[in-house]
Amino acid sequence: MSNTPTDRRYAKSHEWIKDEGDGSLTIGITDHAQELLGDLVFVDLPEVGQSLDAGGDCAVVESVKAASDVYSPVSGEVIAINDALDGAPETINEDAFGDGWMFKVKASDMSELDGLLDAEGYDALVAEEE
Amino acid sequence: MIYDHSRKGRRATAQAPLEKPELTGIPAEMVRTSRPNLPEVSEMQAVRHFTRLSQKNFSIDTHFYPLGSCTMKYNPRACNTLASLPGLKSRHPLAPDTHSQGFMACLHDLQEILKNVTGMHAVSLSPAAGAQGEFAGVAMIRAYHDARGDDQRSEILVPDAAHGTNPASAVMCGYKTREIPTGADGDIDVEALREALGPQTAGIMLTNPSTVGVFERRIKEIASMVHEAGGLLYYDGANLNAILGKVRPGDMGFDVIHMNLHKTFSTPHGGGGPGAGPVGVSERLEPYLPVPMVDYDGQDYRWLTEKDQPNTIGRLSAFAGNAGVLLRAYVYARLLGREGMHRVAEFSTLNANYLLKRLMEAGFDAAYPERRASHEFILTLKKQAKDLDVNTMDFAKRMLDYGVHAPTTYFPLLVPECLLIEPTESEAKEELDQFVEIMRTIKQEAENQPDLVKQAPHTMPVKRLDDVRAARELDLAYKAED
Repeated sequence: MSNTPTDRRYAKSHEWIKDEGDGSLTIGITDHAQELLGDLVFVDLPEVGQSLDAGGDCAVVESVKAASDVYSPVSGEVIAINDALDGAPETINEDAFGDGWMFKVKASDMSELDGLLDAEGYDALVAEEE
Repeated sequence: MIYDHSRKGRRATAQAPLEKPELTGIPAEMVRTSRPNLPEVSEMQAVRHFTRLSQKNFSIDTHFYPLGSCTMKYNPRACNTLASLPGLKSRHPLAPDTHSQGFMACLHDLQEILKNVTGMHAVSLSPAAGAQGEFAGVAMIRAYHDARGDDQRSEILVPDAAHGTNPASAVMCGYKTREIPTGADGDIDVEALREALGPQTAGIMLTNPSTVGVFERRIKEIASMVHEAGGLLYYDGANLNAILGKVRPGDMGFDVIHMNLHKTFSTPHGGGGPGAGPVGVSERLEPYLPVPMVDYDGQDYRWLTEKDQPNTIGRLSAFAGNAGVLLRAYVYARLLGREGMHRVAEFSTLNANYLLKRLMEAGFDAAYPERRASHEFILTLKKQAKDLDVNTMDFAKRMLDYGVHAPTTYFPLLVPECLLIEPTESEAKEELDQFVEIMRTIKQEAENQPDLVKQAPHTMPVKRLDDVRAARELDLAYKAED
């Protein structure tokens, strides 16, 4: 039974992106991604005001095993970051889809969301990778 | 900590200065008024402390050390002895050329040997470590494109299995990196490479044999594709040990290579150096080589500097790199000779393939079972992790109890639960058989008493470390009690 939330979209590089309905999109990494990485020890977030390209690397999550880039699923501008992760990166391990969100963007082209996976598509991708 | 043994007023007279040095010419505000916090121990306490620390080491002198990608082979003592000859050791780096001919002859010979064994057109020994060699290599690629006014080339391609230093070096030189996936057979995905190539391609960084421990079979095709797109090929010398004297990067079509002398040429590893990362280049990159280099006109040796190489990327270290390390590598190369180099490649690959075969027979899964290994190979313990909940790190920690330094774990990142194993040519068959027995034993333990493996090591001075807490709550400086 999958726990992948159906209220958002997914990138093949294991980020989730949720339309908050107020013009902002929230981005984080999936529960599957945090599980692969293991216990996170450091998170490097983008800066508010930074402009992002779809598919460009914009953040880093580091575990005792590896440091991985996080890619923005859409183009746009960073309007908020989750400061609470600084000093508590384990929040992503504990609640990747909720309190472990990483940053919010104002998208420059909402149609970019259409190219992303839905929950079912993402689950299929994960199953295929395993 | 040696501070734990400290008692006020205790002295090791042997380490104290004979007389209090005069402080002259130091401005008063810069002279400290409080005493530094130094441990106060007797000479014997100091000796015991450091001897005990050295006994806690795992080292190639004491243990089998199959740390994949690091080539932990034996460093012959002769290299150290000869590099320490008084005439070499006491030479001042500013001594005139006429007083340094012997030393310069050694370096010139080493340049020639490295040229021959890699098939490159010219070599500079000056980079002071592998990472600096990489930087120099990419900087030369950049200098080449810039000199041609070809300034649209902004991308360096790296395979997804690459050492992290490759993209880091590219970024240091102002390039963006693009990742090329590895196919299921361990070769680079040539179709993905074809799509990634274009007028923005400055070059590609590869190792061959690759980081997954197999020979890149389509290297000639890759080389002509990259060259056709106007890019250059960079060879990371990480895995040179496997092909020494057998196949030459220059013949494969590479334009620039760095060599890790501490791997292939048996100079000391780790401890933060000193290192040596010579670079070799094809003819078109020669003008950009870092200086100084040694030139020989048939009679005298002399330094080649900026005057001789006006387009050089410059100097990377004071003088000519780490002289002592270069001399050790030179002695090693001379001890081996041409025949010996072939034997390095033959026995390092034979040992790796023997070990791989035996471990597969013992029930372990190879990451690329259909491929012949190079000088190293990858096992994946995915099955053990899934079925027994005993993962690669648990296996690695348990090996310490059996007196083996664990192989490289969880690298390359694209193979889950992996061990990268490199026995090197130094080990005899009995050592390899012993390692197979240890792996077989740990596997049985994992099946029957998993907690024994999951809580390992049991016999080491420190038990399983909480590496997550250590990384989250960094505690790096000793805090003295008042």
